[in-house]
Amino acid sequence: MYIVRHRTLFFWITGIILAAALGSSFIFGLPLGIDFSGGSLMQVGYPNGVPPIETIEKQVSAVPLGSVSVRASGENAVSIRMRTMTPAEHETVFALLSSSASTTELSYTSVGPALGSQFASKALWAILAVVLVIALYIAFAFRKVSRPVSSWYYGLAVIIILAHDLVIPAGFYAVLAHFTNAQVDALFITALLALLGYSVNDTIIIFDRVREHLAHNEKTNMKESFDVTVGKSIDETMTRSINMSLTVVLALGALVLFGAAATRDFSLVMLVGVIAGTYSSILLAAPLLIPLANRFAKK
Amino acid sequence: MIRFRVFAVIGLVAGLLLAYFVWTTEADPTSSYRFKLGLDLAGGTELIYKADMSQTPVSERADALSALQGVIERRVNLFGVAEPLVQTEQASTLSGTTADRLIVALPGVTDIKAAVAALGQTPTLEFRLATPTTVGTTTQIAYVSTGLNGRYLSSATLGFGSGATAGLTAPQVILNFDSDGAKLFEKITSENVGRTLAIFLDGQPISAPTIQEAIAGGQATITGQFTAPEARDLVRNLNFGALPVPISLESSSAVGPTLGAAAMTAGVSAGLIGFAIIAFFMIVWYRLPGLIAAIALAEYIALMLSVMKIIPITLTASGIAGLIISVGMAVDANVLIFERTKEELREGKSPREAVHIGFQRAWTGIRDGHLTMLISGVILFWLGTSIVQGFALVYVLGVLASFISAVSLSRVFLLALVPEKSEGKWHFLIGSGWSNS
Repeated sequence: MYIVRHRTLFFWITGIILAAALGSSFIFGLPLGIDFSGGSLMQVGYPNGVPPIETIEKQVSAVPLGSVSVRASGENAVSIRMRTMTPAEHETVFALLSSSASTTELSYTSVGPALGSQFASKALWAILAVVLVIALYIAFAFRKVSRPVSSWYYGLAVIIILAHDLVIPAGFYAVLAHFTNAQVDALFITALLALLGYSVNDTIIIFDRVREHLAHNEKTNMKESFDVTVGKSIDETMTRSINMSLTVVLALGALVLFGAAATRDFSLVMLVGVIAGTYSSILLAAPLLIPLANRFAKK
Repeated sequence: MIRFRVFAVIGLVAGLLLAYFVWTTEADPTSSYRFKLGLDLAGGTELIYKADMSQTPVSERADALSALQGVIERRVNLFGVAEPLVQTEQASTLSGTTADRLIVALPGVTDIKAAVAALGQTPTLEFRLATPTTVGTTTQIAYVSTGLNGRYLSSATLGFGSGATAGLTAPQVILNFDSDGAKLFEKITSENVGRTLAIFLDGQPISAPTIQEAIAGGQATITGQFTAPEARDLVRNLNFGALPVPISLESSSAVGPTLGAAAMTAGVSAGLIGFAIIAFFMIVWYRLPGLIAAIALAEYIALMLSVMKIIPITLTASGIAGLIISVGMAVDANVLIFERTKEELREGKSPREAVHIGFQRAWTGIRDGHLTMLISGVILFWLGTSIVQGFALVYVLGVLASFISAVSLSRVFLLALVPEKSEGKWHFLIGSGWSNS
C-alpha cells in the first residue's frame, strides 16, 4: 500500500528522471549513425599500436572526402567515419593508412543515403506501430474489466508507460554517445523495440492482478475502494516483478561484460531500459490507474 | 503422479536427445546441420545493389528482379565462394516510390573491391527503339525500352563478318535469344521496320542498326567497333548472363575474420556465463522449483539451438544477443508461476494443489505478456535490415519456445516431484527467498 499512498511522490520522482532523460537527449543530442544518415565506416586495426589520431586524419585527408571523423575503438584499433565512399576511394584510403604502419581492416560498412533515410522512416513507424498495437491489445485483453475504469484506460496507461520506457534509454544513450563514440544505429532501434515488448510485461502482471481482484470482488459482492485493490495488487506482485527483471538483468549484465563488442552498447541500452521498465511498472503503471479512475470513473 | 513422472522422463530424454543432436552436428565438420554463421561472425562481405527500374513497366519489375537475381547468382558462383546468398528486396517507401534491391552475401570474402569488380563485369544488355520527339524546334531522339533485355539471352558467340574496310574482317558478337526472347524479337522487328533498334550495353548504345525486315529465329548480331580481344571478353561475360536492368552499388559492408571470430567467442562465453548466473540465482532463491526451472531452461536452450540448426537460421552477433536475452526472459514465466504457487501454499493449500492453481492463475498473465513480446518481435522483423532481422527471428522463436518450456516442461517436472503433503525437507525445498518456508 506504501506505493499507492505515496503515489504523488513517486509520480514526481519518475517525472524528474524523465525530465533528466529528455534534457540529456536535447542537450547532448542523439548522433545518427550511418544506418540512418548514409556514409562509410571503417574499422582499422593496428596490431603494433595505433599512431596518433592526427596522423591518421592527415593520411585520410589526401582523399577529398569532406569531414572525416577518426576515433579510437578499443585497443589497437580506430574507427573512421566519412561520407559514402566508392570502392575505389575505399581502396585508396586503406592503402594510405597502410603506407606507414601495418594495418588490418577489421570491418567496413558503407550505406547509401537513400537506404539510410528509408530505414529511419521505417524505424519511426515501427515504434509507433508497436506502441499502438500493444495498447490496443491491452484494451482488448482487459475488455471484461470496465469498473471503475474502462479497459481503454489500461491501454492509455500502457501508452504513457511505454513513452517513459522509450525516453529513459534514449536519454541514457545520449549521455553514452556524448562520452563514447556510440551512435544511433539499427541495433539501438532494435533495443528500443525489444524493450517495448518486454517492459510492458511487468505492467501486464500487475494489471492482471488488478483484473483478478476486481473480478473476485464483483463475484463475492465485496465493496473495496479502487485504491485498495491497486495497492494490494502492487504489493502482491512486487517480488515477482523484481525477480523477473533480475533474471533478464543478469543475462544482459553477462552480455555487457563478456559479450561481443558489436553488441555492447545494445546490451547497455537494453539493461537501462529493463530497469526503467521495471520501476515504471511498479511505481507508475498501476498507480496511474487511480487518478484516471477518479477522473473518469463510471458512476 | 505416475503419469507426470512418465511425461517428465520423456521430457528429459527429449532434451538430452536435442542436446546430443546439437553437440554431434557441431562436432562433425561435414554435417549439414552445423550452425550457419552470419557474415559478422564468419567474416565476409555484404553488397547491396539498387536496381534501376525507371525504364521498366511496374508490372514487369518483379520478373526483372528475379531475372537479376539469377544472373548475379551465376556470377557469384563463379567467384568461388562457399555459400553465397543472393536475395532480393522490394521495398516501398511511404511516399509511394519503390526501391528494388539485390542483397549479395559473400561469406569469407573480405576484399570488397575484388568482389565489386567481379560482379561489376556483368554486362547490362537492353534493346531500345529510337523514337524522335520534337521539343520546340529541336528534334531529339529518345531511346524507348522494348522489354527485350539480358534476361532473354541464352548465349553469345563470337563471329567475324566483313567490315567497313574491304579485306578486313570485323569481329561480331552474335546474341542468341531463348524462345521467349526470339518471339519478342520477331514481334519488335516486324512492327518497327524502318526504325532504329539500338543495342545498349551497360547503358551505352554500342550499335544502332535500322530494322530492314522482321527477324525470326532469335539471333541478333552486334557489329560495334570492337577489337578482337574486346569482342572475346564481351562474349565471355555475356555467356555468364546479362542483366535485364542496370544496377548500382548502394551499400556494402565487410567484416574481417579476426573480428568475426572474436565476436563469436565473446557471444558464446557471455551465453554460458549468463546461463550459469541465472541458474544459480534461480536455485538459490527458489530451491527445488528453481532447479527445475534451470533444467527446463537448459532444455529450452537445446530446443532453440536445434531449431536454429534445422530451419536453418543464420547466426549473427545480434542473434546471439537475442538468444541470451530470451534465456533471461524464458525464466520470467517460471518466476511468475512459482510466486503464484507460493501464495497458494501460504493460504494453506497442499503442495500439489498449489502447483496446479499456480499454473492456472499465472496463465492469463503469461499469455498477455508473451503476446505483446511477439507483437514487437514481428514488427521488428518487418523493419528489415539483416542485423535487425537476425535479432528479431531469434527473439520471436525464443518467446515461442519460452512459452512452451514454461507451461509444459516446468509444470510436468514439478508435478512429477512435489508430494501431496508438505513435510520435513519438502517444506524447505518448495519454499523460497530468505524465509525457511
